[in-house]
Amino acid sequence: MTGDQDVILKLEDVSKVYSGTVAVKRANFEVRKGAVNVLVGENGAGKSTLMKIIAGVEQPTLGRILLDGEEVSFSSSGDAVTRGIGMVFQELNLFGNLTVAENIFATREITNRFRKIDRKEQERRAAEFLERLEAGIRPDMLVEDLRIGQQQLVEIAKAVSLDARILIMDEPTSALSAAEVEILFKVIADLKAGGVAIVYISHRLEELIRIGDTITVLRDGRITGQAEMKDVDTQWIVRQMIGSDAKDFAKADGHVPGEEIFRAEDICLPRVTGGLAVDHVSLSLRAGEILGIYGLMGAGRSELFDCIMGRHGHSTGAIFIAGKKVHERDTTRRIRRGLALIPEDRQREGLVSILSVASNLTLASLSRFVRLFHIRGAAERQAVTQTVRELAIKVADPTQEVSSLSGGNQQKVVIGKALLTGPKVLLMDEPSRGIDVGAKADVFRTMRKLSRDGLGILFATSDLDEVMALSDRIAVMSNGKLTGIFDRAEATEAALVAASALGHGPVPHGEQGA
Amino acid sequence: MTDIPAKAVVNSISSGSVLLTLMKARTFIALIAVLLFFSIAAPNFLSAANLILMSKHVALNAFLAMGMTFVIITGGIDLSVGSIVGLCGMVAGYLVLNGVDLQVGYTIYFNVFEIALITLAVGILIGAVNGLLITRLNVAPFIATLGVLYVARGLALLSSDGRTFPNLIGKPELGTTGFGFLGAGRLLGLPVSIWILVVVALGAAYLARYTPLGRHVFAVGGNERAARISGVRVNMVKMFVYMFSGFCAAIVGLIISSELMASHPATGESFELNAIAAAVLGGTSMSGGRGTIGGTIVGAFVIGILSDGLVMMGVSSFWQMVIKGLVIIVAVVVDQAQRRLQSRVTLMQMAKAG
Repeated sequence: MTGDQDVILKLEDVSKVYSGTVAVKRANFEVRKGAVNVLVGENGAGKSTLMKIIAGVEQPTLGRILLDGEEVSFSSSGDAVTRGIGMVFQELNLFGNLTVAENIFATREITNRFRKIDRKEQERRAAEFLERLEAGIRPDMLVEDLRIGQQQLVEIAKAVSLDARILIMDEPTSALSAAEVEILFKVIADLKAGGVAIVYISHRLEELIRIGDTITVLRDGRITGQAEMKDVDTQWIVRQMIGSDAKDFAKADGHVPGEEIFRAEDICLPRVTGGLAVDHVSLSLRAGEILGIYGLMGAGRSELFDCIMGRHGHSTGAIFIAGKKVHERDTTRRIRRGLALIPEDRQREGLVSILSVASNLTLASLSRFVRLFHIRGAAERQAVTQTVRELAIKVADPTQEVSSLSGGNQQKVVIGKALLTGPKVLLMDEPSRGIDVGAKADVFRTMRKLSRDGLGILFATSDLDEVMALSDRIAVMSNGKLTGIFDRAEATEAALVAASALGHGPVPHGEQGA
Repeated sequence: MTDIPAKAVVNSISSGSVLLTLMKARTFIALIAVLLFFSIAAPNFLSAANLILMSKHVALNAFLAMGMTFVIITGGIDLSVGSIVGLCGMVAGYLVLNGVDLQVGYTIYFNVFEIALITLAVGILIGAVNGLLITRLNVAPFIATLGVLYVARGLALLSSDGRTFPNLIGKPELGTTGFGFLGAGRLLGLPVSIWILVVVALGAAYLARYTPLGRHVFAVGGNERAARISGVRVNMVKMFVYMFSGFCAAIVGLIISSELMASHPATGESFELNAIAAAVLGGTSMSGGRGTIGGTIVGAFVIGILSDGLVMMGVSSFWQMVIKGLVIIVAVVVDQAQRRLQSRVTLMQMAKAG
């Protein structure tokens, strides 16, 4: 890389190992001041880990961090903040029950002579930062009353208020509207002019190309490419991200999908804060077909699944299974009609972590094993053993607590639970998130097998690679709307990316048109 | 790597397992300890008459604690049980003495069996009110049942203007005699109330282990969102646990009135706290998802025997309270230590398995 004199922070041969997995492998990364240093990679490539190391949240297992040429080690994020490193986290780290000003100055409260918090001064200073973001947020508002995008802006204001020399932004635009993104970019330009080094992480390629000065690509914990932004194009980035070694996606077996098994008509879900989280979405699915739903975070994929499962009483629209309208509005009876959901958040929605593997597996299908009101232990055990074998769940004893399993095996338990209900239509929300390569391959193989057995599968993902490799057809969502449906033959990555950005403001680069 | 650290790991695992087993059996060990201690320290403690008397005392708390266990496993709490005991006692007493005046010159008197059924229905109904407040109106369980605690107690006092319904002997010509059977009667040498406890406890333990409803109770307490997505009817499960708790409280109300052959509106005050204590002592986790009926019964026996034994030794009731409090605190501290040890042993086993 060029411009060594501008380098403010340098990572040398940094590795980070968690119990069992290597998140970052011998990474060398330079951050230049007065520039936007872009970092891209697929989910789980190690971007967030790398940033957490810089921000002092995590300590590297191996390697050195050089700040202004001298070696440093941060034992906490407070250390990093005092050295001038600020971070906007991907998951919002705000206190909903406190005001905007209190959040911005959390742990750095402005106090008067008597050590009482000077609320007026805090709000005045907070207002200055907020004004730069032109968000119309008053400093005395409660954070929980703000839209998610506004909360993200508060998070950004908080980071800016640190007067950091290095500012890390992890997916700062994931919940912002097009107008808000423009304002953020203006703020970034100001900061850049002031000599601040910005590390910018995002999935949105068109955004990166527009705003970045340098780009670094991560794949599987390794840095696979570094370049000046002006020298590269989308194709280059995608190639570096995916690499030549294809992942272990189970191959399509060429079976032909059957009759329509599921149809959703005009599904709408109003947002609490106004607008529609799911905006008049209609789609249909045939038996034995895998329909991938691609979209960025907040595109409304999970919300669509929630509506289909009947988790929102106030959603509208109709769903049909095998041509018959589903009148039942609650989850319990929709499961009986043949719908099953594998939720995105395994811990919060997929598993009852203190129950055993066996109890979790049969939780949704207990009625199958019941005579009168008695659970037939033998029948239940047999179903559990069979599922454990079929899905290759690695567990010594199914009476073990499910929380003792690895992420991949936990995910298989969630899938097993859904399959035991005997579904006709399976909804899978990010089924490969946060699990290791081997388990991913198993999950994909299972999806193929199920589709061969005639199940209809809707699966949502923000992983381009996955959606391209596994789907028979691809639907793209953006901002709650269905912005495109592609047959596998006609789908290109560029077309998907373009469709997923619709409604998020102008797509600046002509090459991204379909 | 040499052999030595590997062996050390194996050793610490097995010693951890022994300690873990001891900790898991802690309530039972505590029960044996109090039994041994009082049989030495208190004369007549082990006499049959005393043991039966103590069991009758324990049974009352055990009923409430069983209902409370289900409620706590779902992650809730039921503060209203003491008041339901009082109100149900008053309902039974009123029906024995006064019957129901139809306002047209006739009064219906029920026989004792019908009175018991009506009283149980009242208990279940109040439990249903708790459940509706919590599921339909989204009131926090603590607040909802606190409110019902006051309402039910107030109604109990209003029913007699604060007076006691005395002499519930009934009149043979009205067919209302025999109310004393529940509290004073015996079957095969054991008090009727003990038999009822055995039946209800077996039923509750069966429900918890072998029925979908029981499984759902644990699932709701362990992770309500996951349970809902798995198709568990969370609201129905919650309704059930509060209604069951009300049912248990009604049984206690009947037994107490029957024992005393009188209904007093202040009966059952602070019973809810003893019930919570027994459940917690028996290993029920206040954060939900964990607990057993067997553990709760043992917990109720530990508390009951402790207080009766201390009375027999002539320890002042003030000290009794201090001791009871300490026992509960120690139980929870040991519970937490067990959780930590358990997760460490599991991690070590996983590491060993690779």
